[in-house]
Amino acid sequence: MENMIKNETRRDFLKVSGTVAGGLALGFYLPNGPRVAQAAVPTHSPNAWVKIGTDNSITIMCARSEMGQDVYTSMPILVAEELEVDLNKVKVEFAPPAEVYINALLGGQLTGGSTSVRDAWEKLRKAGASARMMLVAAAASDWGVDAAQCKAANGMVTGPGGKKATYGSLAAKAATMEVPKDVPLKPSSQFKIVGNKGQKRLDTEVKVKGTAQFGIDTRVPGMLYAAVAMAPMIGGKVASYDDSRAKSMPGVKAVVQYSRGVAVVADSYWQAKKAKDLLLITWDAGPNGDNDQKKIWDGLRTASEQPGAVFREHGDAEGTMGSAAKTIEATYQLPFLSHSPMEPQNTTADVRADKAIIITPTQFQQLVPHVVAGATGLKPEQVEVHTTFLGGGFGRRVEVDYTIDAAEISKAVGAPVKMVWSREDDMTHDSYRPASLMKLSAGLDSSGKPVAMRFHATSPSISARLFPSLVKDGIDPLAVEGIDNYPYDTPNIKLTYQMHDTGVTPGYWRGVSHNLNAVALECFVDEMANAAGKDPIQFRIDNLDMGSTKHQWSGLSAGVPVGARMKRVLEEVRAKSGWGKKLPAGKGMGVAVMEGYNTVIAMVAEVTVSADYDVSVDKVTAVVDAGTLVHPDQALAQMQGTINFGQSACMWGEITIKNGGVEQTNFDTYRVARMNEAPKVLDIHFIKSDSTPGGLGEPGTAVIQPAIGNAIFAACGKRVRTLPFTAEHIRGA
Amino acid sequence: MKISFNVNGKQTSVDVPQDTPLLWVLRDTLGLTGTKFGCGKALCGACTVHLNGMAVRSCQTAIGSVSGQKVTTIEGLGGNHKVQKAWMKLDVPQCGYCQPGQMMSAAALLASNKNPSDADIDGFMSGNICRCGTYPRIRAAIKDAAKMA
Repeated sequence: MENMIKNETRRDFLKVSGTVAGGLALGFYLPNGPRVAQAAVPTHSPNAWVKIGTDNSITIMCARSEMGQDVYTSMPILVAEELEVDLNKVKVEFAPPAEVYINALLGGQLTGGSTSVRDAWEKLRKAGASARMMLVAAAASDWGVDAAQCKAANGMVTGPGGKKATYGSLAAKAATMEVPKDVPLKPSSQFKIVGNKGQKRLDTEVKVKGTAQFGIDTRVPGMLYAAVAMAPMIGGKVASYDDSRAKSMPGVKAVVQYSRGVAVVADSYWQAKKAKDLLLITWDAGPNGDNDQKKIWDGLRTASEQPGAVFREHGDAEGTMGSAAKTIEATYQLPFLSHSPMEPQNTTADVRADKAIIITPTQFQQLVPHVVAGATGLKPEQVEVHTTFLGGGFGRRVEVDYTIDAAEISKAVGAPVKMVWSREDDMTHDSYRPASLMKLSAGLDSSGKPVAMRFHATSPSISARLFPSLVKDGIDPLAVEGIDNYPYDTPNIKLTYQMHDTGVTPGYWRGVSHNLNAVALECFVDEMANAAGKDPIQFRIDNLDMGSTKHQWSGLSAGVPVGARMKRVLEEVRAKSGWGKKLPAGKGMGVAVMEGYNTVIAMVAEVTVSADYDVSVDKVTAVVDAGTLVHPDQALAQMQGTINFGQSACMWGEITIKNGGVEQTNFDTYRVARMNEAPKVLDIHFIKSDSTPGGLGEPGTAVIQPAIGNAIFAACGKRVRTLPFTAEHIRGA
Repeated sequence: MKISFNVNGKQTSVDVPQDTPLLWVLRDTLGLTGTKFGCGKALCGACTVHLNGMAVRSCQTAIGSVSGQKVTTIEGLGGNHKVQKAWMKLDVPQCGYCQPGQMMSAAALLASNKNPSDADIDGFMSGNICRCGTYPRIRAAIKDAAKMA
């Protein structure tokens, strides 16, 4: 499946581009991108990941976007471990788009799918080892000794008779040495940096001093600022506009119409924004101008009557259901969600006659040259892309829409332009975690054992919009994740997916469909345990599939048996959480378990539900099997972060549609967790493991949601099947 | 018209309309981009700075009202402020975008409350949103900073 995604996704890229950026030689490519610093000293590159200065400076390229998830440190850790350099002295540089930096798990130079470390795990250690071997070979050649007599450590090669040479002095020659074919890697027992609990992030200092450069901080000579007006209806367009008042405002240089709106370009952002507010625009609402909640949910319900496409089946689920001792069924409704990263979308574009420079906070730098070329008439190779730090991403910046907008505006005014969206622009022009309807039913035998399971997902397909060739036979592999790996040993199952377009742009949202399918499944498994009269943790353990758990569709999971890993995290979370202890009235504990991105997590949430059905999350205990932890403290940070992100979504997150547009415009109407509302105590444990690393940027987001839903049930007896878990929904349950 | 005020210890004069938010004067006019734009409505705290030592949302502070007063931004916190030391020690930031605002709020809190309780921290910090979920580390770093001399 991973290969399928890779190949299919690649084909999509080729379709847009017609050419492939970069060159490839022996698997290595010397980067010559725009980000190559004007170094004061010459540097030499044994390969695309490492630059060694004659002053012994070491630069490691970071080919993924840093949006909080720590690739800026965790990926250089892998290189430095084998290169034998002091990680805390290396410089890190964001890589330009190039073939060598493609993420093999995704088939593109793209940050997502919790794949960065998983893709890099061998590749970057080999890059470090290969560079080290070339440095050693250069020293051995200089000294006329065998490479086996030399040793590399701490940026220095030592040889027989006390010979010593720094990496800097060897770099020029090393870059000309043959690239080794056989690159052995250290056993985990010899790791010095990988797994070091005391290792700090390399980007903390700039982020603490306020000097980290996010996209919005870009300043280039002669730069103008753009504020934009876009249609309030999704898919709407400008019909006509009157810019007479806007144009008369101080500082305004131009008012330009671009593909999806009108931009005011001025000497400062505030001037642009004030003038933009004076534009009088008549909108063509487009095909979805009358879309609203009723239409959307009626549409999903009607679509859910269709049989859908079967993505996993064995036995005879429907037949067995009819003869089961007990049958339960439930429908879960999940709302649209906004990504709302703290940094609103922005891009600085300088489009000239023969080239374009694009400085952008993007998760998908490889696509940028192609779409900017499409928007400007330039060729992709004439487009330079600089990736900045991202002020949050969460999947929003896989989209390149805002980059295209900025390029169009710059081209129209013939000057470098920084386009900055307002929070309102950002929230109403997001791509949204799709609203979805999940119908589940289960048959239990007289002992309470599940004998049949039906899962019918009705959900928009994100991939149908972004990577249509991924969708086959009515199944979007990214729409069935979190359920295609159904982990329970049920003799008769039938899992189906019905694609349905709601007219609202669907987007990949941190954890993607795990947040739909696994949330519904793990709440429903709690319902099954309750119907069986069993303890929810023991019920799960008793019914796990301890054999081969299949991942038929989702290429982002491992395709390996996970039953034993699930059993272990469930047993540990039971012990660590104090599961089963007597709780005061109004309090309850709920459990959930999931495999996603080759990481297995069990969580227990402890909540208090007030008489008015207000919920507070008092404590979350998580046990996580994520294989080897490359950067343990930041593995912990990702778990803290994903728990907060998922809690925020399931407690309050809801985007609604009225008159074709998004009703929520800012953090007063789209509520996100604040410090006083976040879980009070997080108790997170990792299983010690030297297996291949699992992904950590996403899976926790999904697991916390059913754990909270199940805890609400335990606390007050209300089974809430319409998210978010607001007082209104609990009261109505 | 010209407005003079003190930024990070330096007397500064800018020529912008009086209603321009301090945020955009800092970022665009003075190039102090450490102060962040998040919501434009004092809802998220990303733009928090100190005005005469008090935490204010610079997106809702008109430059006209700042005339003759003292503004401190993240750049002016100095790099060795105890809040910054604690943030470094605990590796608080993830994406880092909200953190200048978080630190400015935390510094203002500690200036008025040497030993804040969890409830004090919740109360003071609830105006600063972090989407990455660094809240547990922010809380721990504030407590850590409170212990520093």
